[in-house]
Amino acid sequence: MLLTVTDLRKTYATADGPFDVLRGIDMTLDRGETLALTGESGSGKSTLLHLIGGLDAPDGGQIMLDGEDLTAMDDNGRARMRRDTVGVVFQQFNLIPSLRIADNIAFQARLAGRHDPAWCATLADRMGLTPQLRKYPEQLSGGQQQRVAIARTLAPRPKLVLADEPTGNLDEATAAQVLALMLDLVADTGAGLLMVTHSDRLAGQMMRRLHLAQGQIA
Amino acid sequence: MTRAVFAALLSHWKRNPLQLFTLLAGLALATALWSGVQAINSEAKASYNAAAATLGEGTFDQLIRRDGQPMAQDTYVALRRAGWLVSPVIEGRLDGVRIVGLDPLTSFGGLGPVQVAQGADIAGFLTAPGQAFGHQDALDALPPGIAKVVAPDVAPGTVIMDIGAAQRLLDRQGQIDRLIVGPVQPIRQAPLDTIAPLLSRQIAHTGSDIGRLTDSFHLNLTAFGLLSFAVGIFIVNGAIGLAFEQRRPVVRTLRALGVPLRRLMALMAAELAIMALVAGGIGVALGYVIASLLLPDVAATLQGLYGATVAGTLQLRPSWWLSGLGIALGGTAMAAAAAFWRLARLPLLAGGSPRALSMAAGRSAQVQGLIALALLALAAALGLTAQGLIAGFALLGTMLIGAALALPLILDRVLALAERLATGVRAQWFWADTRQQLPGLSLALAALLLAMAANVGVSTMVSSFRLTFTGFLDQRLASELYVTAEDPAQAAQIIAYVTPRTRAVLPIASAPVQIAGLPAEVFGTRDDATYRDNWRFLQTAEGAWDAVFDGDALFINEQLSRRSGLTLGDTVPLDGRDFRVAGIYGDYGNPIGQAIIAEPAFTTLFPEIEPLRFGLRLPATDVPALVTDMERDLNLPPSATINQAGIKQFSLDIFDRTFTVTTALNILTLAVAGFAILMSLLTLAALRVPQLAPAWAMGFTRRELGRLELIRAVLLATLTATIALPLGLALAWALLAIVNVAAFGWRLPMYVFPLDYLKLGGFALIAATLAALWPAWRLSRTPPSDLLKVFSNER
Repeated sequence: MLLTVTDLRKTYATADGPFDVLRGIDMTLDRGETLALTGESGSGKSTLLHLIGGLDAPDGGQIMLDGEDLTAMDDNGRARMRRDTVGVVFQQFNLIPSLRIADNIAFQARLAGRHDPAWCATLADRMGLTPQLRKYPEQLSGGQQQRVAIARTLAPRPKLVLADEPTGNLDEATAAQVLALMLDLVADTGAGLLMVTHSDRLAGQMMRRLHLAQGQIA
Repeated sequence: MTRAVFAALLSHWKRNPLQLFTLLAGLALATALWSGVQAINSEAKASYNAAAATLGEGTFDQLIRRDGQPMAQDTYVALRRAGWLVSPVIEGRLDGVRIVGLDPLTSFGGLGPVQVAQGADIAGFLTAPGQAFGHQDALDALPPGIAKVVAPDVAPGTVIMDIGAAQRLLDRQGQIDRLIVGPVQPIRQAPLDTIAPLLSRQIAHTGSDIGRLTDSFHLNLTAFGLLSFAVGIFIVNGAIGLAFEQRRPVVRTLRALGVPLRRLMALMAAELAIMALVAGGIGVALGYVIASLLLPDVAATLQGLYGATVAGTLQLRPSWWLSGLGIALGGTAMAAAAAFWRLARLPLLAGGSPRALSMAAGRSAQVQGLIALALLALAAALGLTAQGLIAGFALLGTMLIGAALALPLILDRVLALAERLATGVRAQWFWADTRQQLPGLSLALAALLLAMAANVGVSTMVSSFRLTFTGFLDQRLASELYVTAEDPAQAAQIIAYVTPRTRAVLPIASAPVQIAGLPAEVFGTRDDATYRDNWRFLQTAEGAWDAVFDGDALFINEQLSRRSGLTLGDTVPLDGRDFRVAGIYGDYGNPIGQAIIAEPAFTTLFPEIEPLRFGLRLPATDVPALVTDMERDLNLPPSATINQAGIKQFSLDIFDRTFTVTTALNILTLAVAGFAILMSLLTLAALRVPQLAPAWAMGFTRRELGRLELIRAVLLATLTATIALPLGLALAWALLAIVNVAAFGWRLPMYVFPLDYLKLGGFALIAATLAALWPAWRLSRTPPSDLLKVFSNER
C-alpha cells in the first residue's frame, strides 16, 4: 500500500475556541490508483491533503507513506518526503516567477536529484508547452501555468501526486483538457493520485471517491 | 538541491535588476561614506603616530627656552655634564619641508628610523654629506648631495637627519631648538634652574597633545560617517525587506517542494553575504575616492586647528579594506535581521497578501510608536542632564533614531486627518492611497528626515560658529597692523620707528606656564583702550580691567575655566604670585588654556622674555604707507608685517576649510537620501499597479495618476522636511551646548538662519521631485494591458 492514514486528527485554534478540522480519518491509496476527495468548503479536504503532503503536522493519528511514518518525522524529514516522494499541484500554480518555463518544469526534479531532460521534454510536449519553454510564468495564461505546475510535479516521477483543486482557477473547457492530461501522465508514471475537488464531474473521472463532511469520511 | 535552489533565488535578482541595483548601490554608498571617513581617520592617526614615533612628541618631556628662542649648543653640553640625559633636536623649514635634526647616539627608543639597535647605517647617517629619511615627496624637495632614504614611518612632510647635517642645511650652526628628556634620569642630578635657568620643562602627555585634541575632531567625523552609513542602511533595509516580501510566495513554494527551511535560510544568507562583499568592495573603492578628495581639506583643518601635520595623500591600508568589508557585511546582517526573523517564523501554508507590507506595518506600528516614545523621552532626559562626549552622542543617537521611528506614525496621522477633511472623492482617494503607500516609503522618508535634520543641525552650528568667530576676531584683532621682530634689538628699533606714527604700540608677549596642572600660556597686556573697549567676556567681575592692571587679577579663557574648574574669584598662583580670576573670555579655535595679566606683572614674572610681536594702532588708511616705509627703512621682510584684514582672512580661511568636510558629508548624505526615495519609488512601482489599476478603471487617466504620484512624493517630502526642521534645530542645540563643549571646551551661542533652512527645504523638495519624476513618468506610460492584467490575474 502506498498510503495508509489511520485515525488522523487536526485541530485549529480560532477566535471562538479550538476547531476540530479532522476527527479521525482512516483511508488508503494504492500505487496507480486515483482517488477524489470531495466535500463542502471547510470540511477538511485541503487540510487532509496538506497533512498527507507533509506540509503540516497532525495533532493525532498516523500517516504511513511508502513505508515511512510521516507523522514521526521532523520538519527536515517531511521536507525530504515532499522532495522525494510526493508531488503537489496547487490551485494557485505556485510557479517561480523569476525562472523560465523550462526551468520551472525541471525544478523539482533537480531538487530531488532526478532530473531527466528527455522526460521533461516529453512532459512539455504532452502539455503543449514546447513553444513556451523560454517564457516566464507571467507571460502565460492561467491554463498554461497550471499545465506547467503539473509538469513540474510529474518531472521527478513522484510516487504520490496530490492535487488541490488543480483546475479551480480554470474555465471548464481548459479544466477538462488539463485534467485529462494529468490523468494520462499520472497513469504513465504509475503514481497514486489524490485529488481534492468540488466538482462531481471531475470526481467521476477518478477510480475511487471519498466524501468528507465535518472532518470525517461520510 | 543547493544549486537548484541557489539558482532559483538568484534568478529573482536577474528578473528584478533595479532591486538588485538598489541593494548594491545602497550598500556600496553606505560603505563608501563610512570607509571614506575611516580612511581619513586612519590616515590622520597614522600621521600622528609617525610624528610621535619620529619626534617623541607627546611621549617624552622636553626642555625649551622660555622665550621660544633657540638655545646654544653649550647649554646642551652643560646639561649632559650635569648628568641630564637629554638629546638635542633642531627643527626648521626648507621649501615647505619640515627638517628635523636629531642625534641618533643620544636619542631615546622610538625616536626616528635611525637607531643603533636597529643596526642601521649609523656611519652614513652621521658623516657628511649625511642621510635624510622621509616620504619620497619630502625628500624630493631637498637639495642634491644628501643621500635620501625613503622611510614610510616618518611623519608626512618631514625629513629626519643628523643634527649636524640639519644645522648645516638650515644654516643654523651651533643652535638647538629643544632637548628631549630621557624617561630615566640619574638620581643625583643638578637642578635645571641652576644649570640652564632660561629653559623650562614641558611635560609629556598633557591635555594638549595632538592625539587627545584631535580625538574629538575624529569622533565628530566618525559620527558623521555613522550617520551616512545609517542612511545607506535604511536603503538596504528597504531593498531587502521588499525583496523578501516579494519572494514570500517563492519561499513558500520552495518549502512546499521540499527545501528545508534551514537550508533555505542559509542559502539566502549566503546570497546576501555575496552581495554584501561585492557592494562592500565597490563601497571601499568609492570610499577611497571620497577620502582622497576630502583628505587635503581635513589635513588643512587639522594643521590649522591643532597644528597637527597629516599627509595630504592617502595610502591603501589593509585594515580599512577589511573594516569596510566587515561593516558592509555587518550592515547587511543588521538590515536583513528583521526580514530573516519573519522568514523563520513564516508558516509554510501562510498566504502571500498583496497588502502584506502595509498590514505588517500596521501590526508593528504600535510597537514602533512605543519605542519611538521611549527613545524621545530618553533624549529629553539626556538633554537636561548630559555632559561629555559619550552622553552627547547618546543624546544625538536617541533623538535621531526616535524621530526616524516616529516619522511614519506622525505622517500617517497627518494623512488620516487630511483624508477626513477631504471633501471630493478624488481627494479622499488620494489621501487614502498615500496612506497605503506610506509603509513602503517610510524608510526612504526616514533617510530624508535624518539627512535634512543633519543638514539643518550642522549648518546652524557652523553658521553660529562663523558669526561668533567673526565677532570674536573683530574683538581680538583690534590692532590695524601686526609686526614681528627677529630679535630684541630689532624690536627696540621698530618701537622707536613706529611710536611717532601710531596712536599706540601694544606688545604681545607670552610664556608657557602650568595653571591648575594644565599647560597654558600667559600673556602680558598693556593698559590701553584697545582692550577695554573691544574685549567681550562670558563672565566678568566688577572693575575687572582695573583689577588686572593693578596686578591683582587675571583673565582666563573658557577652555581653561572648563577644564580646570576655575571660576570668577578663584585664586591662581603663577610663579609664586597669586592672581584672582576677574573674567572669563571666549577663545574660539585655541586648543589650550590661556591667561592674561598686566604687562608690569608679566615683566616681573618673566623678565627674560622680551616681546617680539606688536600690535600697532593707527588709522587704517595709514597702514600701507607705514608698511612700505618700515620695509624700506628697517629692512623688514614682507613676512614681518601682517595687517588686520590679512589675519582675519587667514583665520576665516582656516575656519571655512575646517567645515568643508562636514559640508561635503552633509551634501553626500542628502544625495543618498534622494537616491533612497528614487529607489523606493521605483521598486514600489510594480507593487503600485494593482493599487492604481482600479482607480484607472474607474476613470482616472494614466497621466493623472502619474501627476498624482509626483504630487504625493513632493507632499511627503514637504511634510518630512517640516518635521526635520525642529529636529535639526534640536540637533544643533545638542551639538553646540553639549558635544562642542565636551569636544573643544567652549560653548557657542546658537543663532537661527531661516533663509538657509528655506533654501535647504527647497533642495530637499527638488531632490524629491527629481526622484519622483521618472517613476511618475513611467506610471503615466504604463500600457493598459499591464493594468488590465491586474483584473485578469484575479480570476
